Amino acid sequence: MTRINLTVDGMKVSDDVEPRMLLVQYLREKLGKTGTVIGCDTSNCGACTVHLDGQSVKSCNVLAVQADGSAVTTIEGLAGKDGTLHPVQEAFRECHGLQCGFCTPGMIMQSVDLLNNNPHPSEQEIREGLEGNLCRCTGYHNIVRAVQYASGHLAAAATPTGAAEEVTPA
Amino acid sequence: MIPAQFDYVAPTTVEEALAALRQYGDDAKLLAGGQSLLPVLRMRLNAPEWIIDLGRIDSLRGVREDGDAIVIGAMTPHSVVGSDPLVAQHAALVTKAVAELADAQIRHRGTFGGALAHADPAGDLGGPVRALDAEFVIAGANGTRTVSADDFFVDLFETAISEDEILTEVRIPKHTGWGAHHEKMVRVAHQWPICAVAATARVEGGTIADIGIGLANMGNTPLRAGGVEEALRGQPATEDSVRAACARAAEGTSPPSDLNGSADYRNHVVQVMCRRAVMGALEGAGA
Amino acid sequence: MTAVEAQPEVKEIGRDRRRKEDARLITGRTRWTDNISLNGMLHLAMVRSPFAHARITTVDTRAAEESPGVVGVFTGEDLADTQGACINAWAITTDQVTPAHTPLPIDRVAFAGETVAVVVARSAAEARDAAELVEVDYDELPAALDLKEAAEATPENGGALAHPDLGTNKSALWRFDSAEAGTGGNVDEAIAVARTDGIVLEREYRQQRLIPAFMEPRSVVVDPTGEQITVWSATQIPHILRFALAATTGVPESKIRVIAPDVGGGFGGKLQQTPEEMVAFAVARRLGKPVKYTETRSESLLSAHHGRDQWQKLTLAATKDGHVTGLKVELLADLGAYVALVGGGVPVLGAFMFNAIYKFPAYQFSCQTVLTNKTWTDAYRGAGRPEATYAVERLMDELAAELGKDPLEVRELNWIKHEEFPFTTVAGLEYDSGNYEAATARAKELFGYDDLRAEQRRRRDAGDTVQLGIGVSTFTEMCGLAPSRVLGQLNYGAGGWEAASVRMLPTGKVEVITGASAHGQGHETAFSQIVADRLGVPFEDVEILHGDTQVVPRGMDTYGSRSLVVGGEALVRAADKVLEKAKPIAAHLLEASVDDIEFSNGRFGVRGTDQGIALTEIATASFAAHNLPDGVEPGIDADATYDPVNFNFPHGTHLCAMEVDTETGETRMRKYTCVDDIGVIINPLIVSGQVHGGLVQGIAQALWEEAVYDEAGTLVSGSFADYLLPTAADTISFDIDHTTSPATSNTLGTKGVGEAGTIASTPAVVNAVVDAVRHLGVDDIRMPCTPERVWNAINRAGSGGGTVGAAAPHFDESTGMSGNVDRTTGGNEA
Repeated sequence: MTRINLTVDGMKVSDDVEPRMLLVQYLREKLGKTGTVIGCDTSNCGACTVHLDGQSVKSCNVLAVQADGSAVTTIEGLAGKDGTLHPVQEAFRECHGLQCGFCTPGMIMQSVDLLNNNPHPSEQEIREGLEGNLCRCTGYHNIVRAVQYASGHLAAAATPTGAAEEVTPA
Repeated sequence: MIPAQFDYVAPTTVEEALAALRQYGDDAKLLAGGQSLLPVLRMRLNAPEWIIDLGRIDSLRGVREDGDAIVIGAMTPHSVVGSDPLVAQHAALVTKAVAELADAQIRHRGTFGGALAHADPAGDLGGPVRALDAEFVIAGANGTRTVSADDFFVDLFETAISEDEILTEVRIPKHTGWGAHHEKMVRVAHQWPICAVAATARVEGGTIADIGIGLANMGNTPLRAGGVEEALRGQPATEDSVRAACARAAEGTSPPSDLNGSADYRNHVVQVMCRRAVMGALEGAGA
Repeated sequence: MTAVEAQPEVKEIGRDRRRKEDARLITGRTRWTDNISLNGMLHLAMVRSPFAHARITTVDTRAAEESPGVVGVFTGEDLADTQGACINAWAITTDQVTPAHTPLPIDRVAFAGETVAVVVARSAAEARDAAELVEVDYDELPAALDLKEAAEATPENGGALAHPDLGTNKSALWRFDSAEAGTGGNVDEAIAVARTDGIVLEREYRQQRLIPAFMEPRSVVVDPTGEQITVWSATQIPHILRFALAATTGVPESKIRVIAPDVGGGFGGKLQQTPEEMVAFAVARRLGKPVKYTETRSESLLSAHHGRDQWQKLTLAATKDGHVTGLKVELLADLGAYVALVGGGVPVLGAFMFNAIYKFPAYQFSCQTVLTNKTWTDAYRGAGRPEATYAVERLMDELAAELGKDPLEVRELNWIKHEEFPFTTVAGLEYDSGNYEAATARAKELFGYDDLRAEQRRRRDAGDTVQLGIGVSTFTEMCGLAPSRVLGQLNYGAGGWEAASVRMLPTGKVEVITGASAHGQGHETAFSQIVADRLGVPFEDVEILHGDTQVVPRGMDTYGSRSLVVGGEALVRAADKVLEKAKPIAAHLLEASVDDIEFSNGRFGVRGTDQGIALTEIATASFAAHNLPDGVEPGIDADATYDPVNFNFPHGTHLCAMEVDTETGETRMRKYTCVDDIGVIINPLIVSGQVHGGLVQGIAQALWEEAVYDEAGTLVSGSFADYLLPTAADTISFDIDHTTSPATSNTLGTKGVGEAGTIASTPAVVNAVVDAVRHLGVDDIRMPCTPERVWNAINRAGSGGGTVGAAAPHFDESTGMSGNVDRTTGGNEA
């Protein structure tokens, strides 16, 4: 067992873990953060994507001990404390960017990372930015719309004139 | 999905890491970014007793300039390498290859040295470092030694790094002003490439002054398309000369046959991709 | 009781309501089965066979039993009396050969990945650790792997038999002949005529094996500590699962509660009663403790059922001017090692669809189902109909090429005209409505058909390296499974009705119970819209309950695009019964005659007056029951069960433009347009999602996906590193639109949409790829159209051949142990 200390969704936590415990298992089993899910065993699907010190990672591909001293944000920590949805969460709902919802936590976390790095991505940049996340329901069409919609609304929020391009769900 | 039990140590200096390697020997695995090792552990395809995590060794991280070379610390994440202006200026081929490497999440965690030490012939970096004549700095009990890219890749998943050694940095001779192009063929984006061709070239007065071409997934190690390079050096930077030279792209290759393509097919398609990569590099070099 | 206020009626049906489900799903507040954790819960790990076919000689569990945290290790023998059986609900013929299927086999394994033993431990990690220590000795047996060879194998010729005791691999031969059925002419005569004076096309197409690959791996939790045994399962079919658990274990059905909580996709793949569910049930009962089993993705790909896997031999007869005169279909369908829940019924569902939208005068279909030593097959999105649609739509393009005509022109020559509906087809189905002309005209316009054809000609003439092809698919499907009487005639083991209840709560809220079991479709939203409109209550006040046999006593669950057209109709009928019950109470409270009461916008009014009362007020009044008419029971809740009288037949015209790099064989989708007629649309946003997702699954069959076995019967494409699901970067945005011919078989005029995209898109894509290189001498490319196959087809003729060098998967045991070997994360690096 190894002692780890980290901050998860703003909460300081400290636990003894087996070195073999994956970050995703730590989140789900020790912290009850079951919003983050496991979709594969080869790190292809991205369903377990969280932010580790502000960058998207596949939490199945990180040992919990590697996250010692870090800050983790999961899908459960994305909305405001008052429950206000993050613009990307809102955009996924608005644009019907999810169906069964299993890939959604990872897809949203990766979309947030994508927009953090590139606030005005082209459609192709969105598609390539999400290439580490598999979805079986949506055919990606409305996920791409959701990221475009969020991009416009984040820009509108940043610039009071709100000149951002509007994307309507289709 | 759950790795077998192992013990874990996270040294903070290269010396400590080397000491741990000496202590645990065969029972240990080095953990760099973990983006290839962790899947192997999860699938229980390997079950080391010790994991030595290099992630806490700050000295292994970063990109710097050193005379005629760009030096990339072995534990520098791909995302850092990919956005580094020095790399973009002096080793554009690396920037282009890293942009196509895996996906954003993997690029955040995976490391430049880890990927190269993993020595997957289908990996995205082997071709570029061979094309660029990179050198590998390897630390051991008796200090460091430097190995050329040609000698670094020994066999499938096997490099010149001994069991008691650690790759610390990769030195890439500056290729300032060289054009670069990375041509990668995948069936779906998150897949391993059927093959990839990395080309970088310098053009002087319409003539190909120098060129480097690396191939991925065309043999047990990343390969260098030496025949094509030889045929092109000093030749006019034209499509005709490139087309003729790239007919030699499959010389000396021994590609795998797998679900994504047979060896025969790879040997065909590498010629087409080589031509496109070289043409792209020449264009970037102002030809 | 208040005066009626004039309220503008806002129709919910047709609105693009945002989904009710999403608030939880986008914040991670979900209840996947694997999220469930109970005090004292034990964890299971499965020991699986590495061999396709072998006798189990010994199972040594001693080391595993002594491993830390282990509570028990069980083999098939240990659970022989309690594990029940996996059932086949549809013997397609009375003489179908059906091997017994015990969840943990006792003496023989029939496919690689079959469960052999189960380890129970305090943690999932400890269970996995111990599972590695179970020593199983096998005697390998010859394995039946190749579908065609397996069909021919007999004890006499020494061919490998999947189940030697059965003496054959042939399970059932199902036939339909339009001459015998009286629905059309004799196909052999039509072919004979065409051979002398017409056109005969003979083709053989391969429907490769696919894996449904829902995103949530299957998981099951069984809690035996209550009076009822509670089973949570990531399933599409909680009701059918409860029936099967009871019927095969002897536990009374009334003692079993099955809950499908949030379920992360199914696509037919969770339409199964699985060995893992049965084993978990048996172990929980044995130990008296709650247990959980969650599969890994690799286990899922290996052992959850696969789909498709057919050889299709097709003979099409036509006149010289392009009128089809007959179609003969001879299928071989691979069942895998066992006849699964629907099993051989899947290809039979396609039997009625090979004639598609066309007026073929003669038709014959036969399907031989075959047992092999591979993972069992069953429903996967479309189930039988994609296979049929692929065959006929590929053939129509081939016929057009033979005639030198535009493929749309040849289709129009043969399709049912809109004024000819209702139309009884050569397969004996009555199509109620449709308008193929309208959908096609709209699709051509949206697609820019003529411009793309012109570009195609230019690029051909110029000899461009990258050629352009245009593929057509004018599909129809039967959906809304299914009229119980039809299922009875087909020897299916159950009915096809659906149940619903509407509960009017005293606070004015409405609880709706549906026997359909959603797993991503958005039932909670669409069904709320239907009920809100019917009862005139706010959308927000309607709660849809589903997926729990204790809450929903009767249901037939979700598959076959049935939820809306069957389940939705049941809702309408239950809601109408509520209104019928409320009406006399309204009359009583308004002191009016029942005959003078009319209902609109959620209120009962007295004709010719401004007096009225809201339905929700009646709910409260009937709850209090202080003042009801004599003889009227308190409560206005109502149940309804709807058994459809017919299928319904969505259709559409799909147009696809593909670019093919003739130097490498790489393909790239340029444009995809579809115009579907799915009748009346309840929620256009949800419909768009169903179409997009369906399209990509169908496109993926055409271009990327294939479950490949090696010569030893090992699944090579056994992880997401090798079974190629497309990503956002591999796909494009689609242009979709709709035309509307309301279905006449249900009140709402709706048709199914869940499978449409998948059924239609596969042939559109392959037709486009073939069209791009047809001038280079290509008339077929085997799916998936890999770059190598396309390149081979261009350069070496033929359809590009089978999978070349099944070779090694990216994960390989030997390399994995010798070094840091893996090729997992798509380019991935340590």
